[in-house]
Amino acid sequence: MSSNGRLLEVDDLVVHYPIPRGLFGSAARRPQQVVRAVDGISFSLERGELLALVGESGCGKTTTAQTVLRLVEPVSGRIAFDGTDITTLPNRALRPLRKRMQIIYQDPYESLDPRLSVRATIEEPLLIHHAGGSKRERAELARDALERVELTPPELFLGRYPHELSGGQRQRVAIAASIVLGPELLVADEPVSMLDVSVRAGVLALLDRLRKGGLGILMITHDLSTAARFADRIAVMYLGRIVEEGPAASIVDDPQHPYTKALLSVVPRRDPRERSRPQILKGEAPDAVRIPPGCRFHPRCPVAIPDCREIDPALEPAGSGHGHRAACILAG
Amino acid sequence: MSSLLEVEELNVWFDLPHGGTLHAVQGVSFTLDRGERLGLVGESGCGKSTTVLGLLGLLPPSAELSGRVLLDGVDILAGGEESVRPHRWVDLAIVFQGAMNALNPVQTVQAQIAEALEVHGLASGRAARARVGELLESVGIPRERGERYPHEFSGGMRQRAAIAMALACNPSVLVADEPTTALDVMVQAQILELLDALCRDFGLALLLVTHDLPVVAQLCDRSAVMYAGEIVEHGPVDALFHDPRHPYTRLLFAATPDLHANGAPVSIPGAPPRLDRPLVGCPFHERCDRAFGRCTLERPLLRGLGGERAAACHLNDVPAGVV
Repeated sequence: MSSNGRLLEVDDLVVHYPIPRGLFGSAARRPQQVVRAVDGISFSLERGELLALVGESGCGKTTTAQTVLRLVEPVSGRIAFDGTDITTLPNRALRPLRKRMQIIYQDPYESLDPRLSVRATIEEPLLIHHAGGSKRERAELARDALERVELTPPELFLGRYPHELSGGQRQRVAIAASIVLGPELLVADEPVSMLDVSVRAGVLALLDRLRKGGLGILMITHDLSTAARFADRIAVMYLGRIVEEGPAASIVDDPQHPYTKALLSVVPRRDPRERSRPQILKGEAPDAVRIPPGCRFHPRCPVAIPDCREIDPALEPAGSGHGHRAACILAG
Repeated sequence: MSSLLEVEELNVWFDLPHGGTLHAVQGVSFTLDRGERLGLVGESGCGKSTTVLGLLGLLPPSAELSGRVLLDGVDILAGGEESVRPHRWVDLAIVFQGAMNALNPVQTVQAQIAEALEVHGLASGRAARARVGELLESVGIPRERGERYPHEFSGGMRQRAAIAMALACNPSVLVADEPTTALDVMVQAQILELLDALCRDFGLALLLVTHDLPVVAQLCDRSAVMYAGEIVEHGPVDALFHDPRHPYTRLLFAATPDLHANGAPVSIPGAPPRLDRPLVGCPFHERCDRAFGRCTLERPLLRGLGGERAAACHLNDVPAGVV
């Protein structure tokens, strides 16, 4: 297996969810409608890199993450993991690769089985993948994983149950269970949004250390402030598309797409003297069944010109940052 | 001159199912003036929501409450829950986090706001419908949309409808408990802009309960920071950020990520103390980076520091540079 290529490459990925027509719809032979949840997106992730997919609810960021892990099937496009095309790989062939890609979810209160001790929770992935060797070796791996997520000494935590842990500790246990197999890719879906502010930074710093250790992390978040501080790169999604992508600092300090600009302008700052001049967009994003023609953002765009109703812009180099791209005919 | 709303020494205890009592709110006092915006901010379990449920008389029967809630100088809590009821919605209205829970799913938005007007004897029939139209427009919902059901509204529109309903009886105080927490950042901005306009244009006083410091920093005039059931610091939002006088306030700001700040946020080690046993010393001392001997022994009281400021920290008694 090569390890010099990109860890993850996603090319023109499309994911549709059919809308049930119901009995009358079927009988009347109404055309099948689909939610175009992910509508042609491309990105890549390197080892030791954290890419944040940001956007509002319904923009397709979670569907993207699930599709990358083949938890949801794409309609078209290509997903390559460590050089292997996994887009249509049958489950049996996918299984050995699954060990190398893991996911943590938003809510550590839901993602942990309340009946399993911390030790059983962390050993479960080893058992599922027939990894970890003997019972003693598994126990050793579990202990090691706890140390890596800073729940120390491990003896203090191994016998505990989720209800005996705080929210931050639960999320650390979930991370321990996801790294015990030694994955190369971690998908983190809103990993701290359910946690109290005072413990969020600790969990994010932990993910940052894992990243520095070579893990590639795809973080799904709606929180631009968090992305700004912890991501290497940020991809901003709107209605199933990446509308802007680039180095985190470049996106935050020099946004090129009108949607990114508006989004950044409404993020509340913690310093009251930095009263932002919010550029509040009217209404909410339309649903992904009726995506506007041309640029999908044009109906809400404050600077749209007539061409925007016709041209569906592609991601093109924009701004000053290396690899900074925006999908706007006015950017650049 | 008395304030519009004065909360004095509010205490709330819950009986625990397995015996014992949890002292959820511990002597909370604050004031709110007409048109003023106060942010009650803190993390989960700090007692901020219990405080507002208490002052609105909305606590479950397992709760015990003491303290005074003065509205225009009259104690509305004197007769317990019964004596608050006539003031709820009429003087003090509330908007909760999940607007879906505040709206009846089987009634059109217009019908339920009209019903609220009729129940309170403010308007009926055609007059009620006209008033509903005005209310909806004041929160940015086109009149004719009132004929729809809550599920036909987006999250942001539902929250607007809940605000319209809260405004039905012309309250002087709007209590908003995490009003934007479930919303996207753009919709949050729309709702915050609306709340801002309501305070400015109608002199509405806002008590905003939230865990989100930046929202308070941007929307409120003053803030009270709660920790372990009590207010640990209180003052104008600018002073709290630039010159915090309680370590928890300082550390909470430092833990909050910011779009343009240098450096990564830093978490606060440890966890809040349990509130089902008596607290010894300062409730924050175990997590505090500046605790000293006295903090483990003696509980600091919330003390005025001049200029509308107050903090409950022994460090404020110590001349600078001594500890």
